[in-house]
Amino acid sequence: MNAVAPFEGIGVRMRRKEDLRFLSGKGSYTDDLSRPNQTHCVFLRSPHAHAAIRSVDTRAAAAMPGVVRIFTGADYAADSLGGVPCGWLIHNKDGSPMNEPPHPVLAHGKVRYVGDAVAMVVAETCEQARDAAEKIVVDYDVLPAVAGINEALAASAPQLHEAAPRNICYDWHIGEKGPVDAAFAAAHKIVSLDLTNNRLIPNAMEPRAAIGEYDAHSGEYTLHTTSQNPHVIRLLMGAFVLNIPEHKLRIVAPDVGGGFGSKIFHYIEEAAVTWAAPKVGRPIKWTADRTEAFMTDAHGRDHISTAKLALDAQGKFLALHVQTKANMGAYLSTFATSVPTYLYATLLAGTYTTPAIYAEVTSVFTNTVPVDAYRGAGRPEATFLLERLVDVAARETGIDRVEIRRRNFIKPDQFPYQTPVALQYDSGDYFSTLDAALATADWAGFEARRKEAAGRGKLRGIGISTYLEACGIAPSAVAGALGARAGLYEVGAIRVHPTGSVTVLTGTHSHGQGHETTFAQLVADQLGVPFDKVDVVHGDTAKIPFGMGTYGSRSLPVGGSALVKAMDKIIAKAKRIAAHLLEADVADIEFDPRAGAFKVAGTDRSKSWGEIALTAYVPHNYPIDEIEPGLDETAFYDPKNFTFPGGCHIAEVEIDPDTGHVAMVNFTAVDDVGRVINPMIVEGQVQGGVAQGIGQALLEACVYDAQGQLLSGSMMDYTMPRADDLAPVSVATHTTLCTHNPLGVKGCGEVGAIGSPPAVINAVVDALRDHGVRHLDMPATPAKIWSIIHTRMGAE
Amino acid sequence: MPQVTLSVNGKQHTVDVEGRTLLVELLREKLRLTGTHVGCDTSQCGACVVHIDGHSVKSCTTLAVACQGAAVTTIEGLAKADGTLHPMQEAFREYHALQCGFCTPGMVMSAVDMVAKNPQGLSEKEIREGLEGNLCRCTGYHNIVKAIAAAQDVMHGKRSTVAAAAE
Repeated sequence: MNAVAPFEGIGVRMRRKEDLRFLSGKGSYTDDLSRPNQTHCVFLRSPHAHAAIRSVDTRAAAAMPGVVRIFTGADYAADSLGGVPCGWLIHNKDGSPMNEPPHPVLAHGKVRYVGDAVAMVVAETCEQARDAAEKIVVDYDVLPAVAGINEALAASAPQLHEAAPRNICYDWHIGEKGPVDAAFAAAHKIVSLDLTNNRLIPNAMEPRAAIGEYDAHSGEYTLHTTSQNPHVIRLLMGAFVLNIPEHKLRIVAPDVGGGFGSKIFHYIEEAAVTWAAPKVGRPIKWTADRTEAFMTDAHGRDHISTAKLALDAQGKFLALHVQTKANMGAYLSTFATSVPTYLYATLLAGTYTTPAIYAEVTSVFTNTVPVDAYRGAGRPEATFLLERLVDVAARETGIDRVEIRRRNFIKPDQFPYQTPVALQYDSGDYFSTLDAALATADWAGFEARRKEAAGRGKLRGIGISTYLEACGIAPSAVAGALGARAGLYEVGAIRVHPTGSVTVLTGTHSHGQGHETTFAQLVADQLGVPFDKVDVVHGDTAKIPFGMGTYGSRSLPVGGSALVKAMDKIIAKAKRIAAHLLEADVADIEFDPRAGAFKVAGTDRSKSWGEIALTAYVPHNYPIDEIEPGLDETAFYDPKNFTFPGGCHIAEVEIDPDTGHVAMVNFTAVDDVGRVINPMIVEGQVQGGVAQGIGQALLEACVYDAQGQLLSGSMMDYTMPRADDLAPVSVATHTTLCTHNPLGVKGCGEVGAIGSPPAVINAVVDALRDHGVRHLDMPATPAKIWSIIHTRMGAE
Repeated sequence: MPQVTLSVNGKQHTVDVEGRTLLVELLREKLRLTGTHVGCDTSQCGACVVHIDGHSVKSCTTLAVACQGAAVTTIEGLAKADGTLHPMQEAFREYHALQCGFCTPGMVMSAVDMVAKNPQGLSEKEIREGLEGNLCRCTGYHNIVKAIAAAQDVMHGKRSTVAAAAE
């Protein structure tokens, strides 16, 4: 080991291992793969939001060139297999379980949203499958449809599912109503706000794809798919949908081009190509086009809420009452039910000491694409509600908006802090992130900038958000008690090879996060193995012992912790081998990762990492009766708690009153994500998250018409943020360590998308302060802003 | 079936195509050059950008038969034969201008053309406007803009390496 080698461990801006293949066009995404003798399929999808299927006539289509086979909902139903399951059971206020209607793989009898799959056409080429699909004749009996939450709850609304009377999935609550009512009765001031959290379409740049295949000799199925969590797909699809035991089902998620939540879920196409592969006797490949992605990838957000805050005369928050209605779409996607409940209402304390909180959530079925987790998942909705409400409270009490936040912050000496909505925060320092952000954004100098902009005819505004989020859902037992149908641990394996190089096997999945780099840095840090001698493997159930995948910013806090645990086992075993070779007591062996050496304490006698590794695999001089050969350890890590990143985001905008265009002028993010392993990657994650948050605040809106037709169904209709829509983002971190995981890390994948939307809208409302605007819902499009300025329409 | 003869990354190919076959399909499916990606179906995202006779073009909106006699360069052909990365590729790595990597090939090919066509140099604002035809969902573009600014200095001979300009 070279003692003067540059440090490659925790805290270093290592350039990414994965970049060379991506920059050279050598990435291996699912659609890049071609299986021998593969067929191609396309799905015929419903053009109606709600219709009974009278008949599906495939005769003309089957006669088209290249067609191999056509499958319909009736074919799938004939096999008496399962539908797509929901992974989280929510209970109603009265303790009864939620309504959980079936989610068929191929629609049978009825279609419930535009995009619902009616038939699967398998052909020699994708074009032939597409041509044939156009020849299928489906006789639909079109039914009245409903797309909006309030419309679906109306007494006269069309009913989607027999198993969900009044279109309700569940009617849930958290917190204690009594203390909240009492606090409101005694309050000095009550501030109320109605808000909508706009529905979003995730739009990872890589469209979903899946290749199903079956080996008749071994009886093994293999599914290559664009997934954030291949083991979860294996469990859900194998056990609940297709009845394939795990040892006969391999799921591979190779390079995946972005997920943002949308590739967590088990989708019907994955099940369909796997189910049909043995019937066709050849691999079946499906790749979504972007139009399909718009109308079949799970959407995000879509809440309507009323929030009320009770304050005392000093501006201290006394109680919060929130009523939220959430759109589930037509069927329950994998984690849909947890998003507006345990990932949302539990966050309503935010960074504040509000002593009493009560939240009620009604989830509703509509004739729209299923809605599920999208970057932040519930936490952006909670943060938008709370940070808008606090700004309105500041205005209506006359207390400065920074000051009212300071008065209500949880103080650094109050941790661990138990909120009234189930969570116990372990650490944080909201004053420091606030102060750092105020300084970086030059908050104090803003009025001069507002004046300067006014001189140019522009309306300039500044907005703040002091947010908190919860990452790494855990522990398993608690999540299970709350309805999770899965464990929430993570698995890591450290395989030390005879010559000392290391292969890391992780159950998390990287689809942009750079795990191959960050996890190699962890190994370099803890074991002293050079960065270049560490490779990270993920995304294949045949290679990785087990895993729960990547979502909720859990990869480092949960997956990284599992790797540390496995490395601790490696070091413990290596010390025993070193003790034997050095003829010393194991208690006297010290490991110095920087030197890569095991030393007898107080002596100069040592063995190198390489010697220990080789001895483990060539055990000639080895305590074989006491220790097994080999140096390969696996660990399952189940966290003790969530982690709680938090921070302060400040947005500065400038509005052109002639056009209503909101220009992002400046954005400052100061986040506490716990210990930072690679600052370059953390900054990239925050910048990307902020861009998505700004997209939600200013640009993005999923729009259905009253009949359930998706109007924003392409990138020409749905506004994706482009480079010239965004300003440079100043990113900094201020660290308090997580107290309960070995690295002190908290997670950084979602903070950007959580903290930023209310900062932007608070800035827009501030810019419009002379135009009678109390609140406006996202996105703050030019049309909306222009109407407010020129007609006073569209704002409260 | 029509036939098209074209050069891709310096190599001549003669390929049978349907009239409706797109250049990106020819590259990905016939030549197995899967570095060029398809991210949308409305010519919005730019993941499919390649160079045709030195100009950046969206290969998802180009018919293969229209490329008769053309010289096409894809992301696979951008580095030197010895594997030395193009300064734009180097800069993307140095400035962490890619995360999932899916938009990256098109982003890099667009950026190379944008810089090559503007020897006078591009401001940050001009770079942002120049990326109008390329979508990235991961990075927020911040680091892409920085990478292009650094690469243009190298491409125009103002600096020797992108790393020298780093941080």
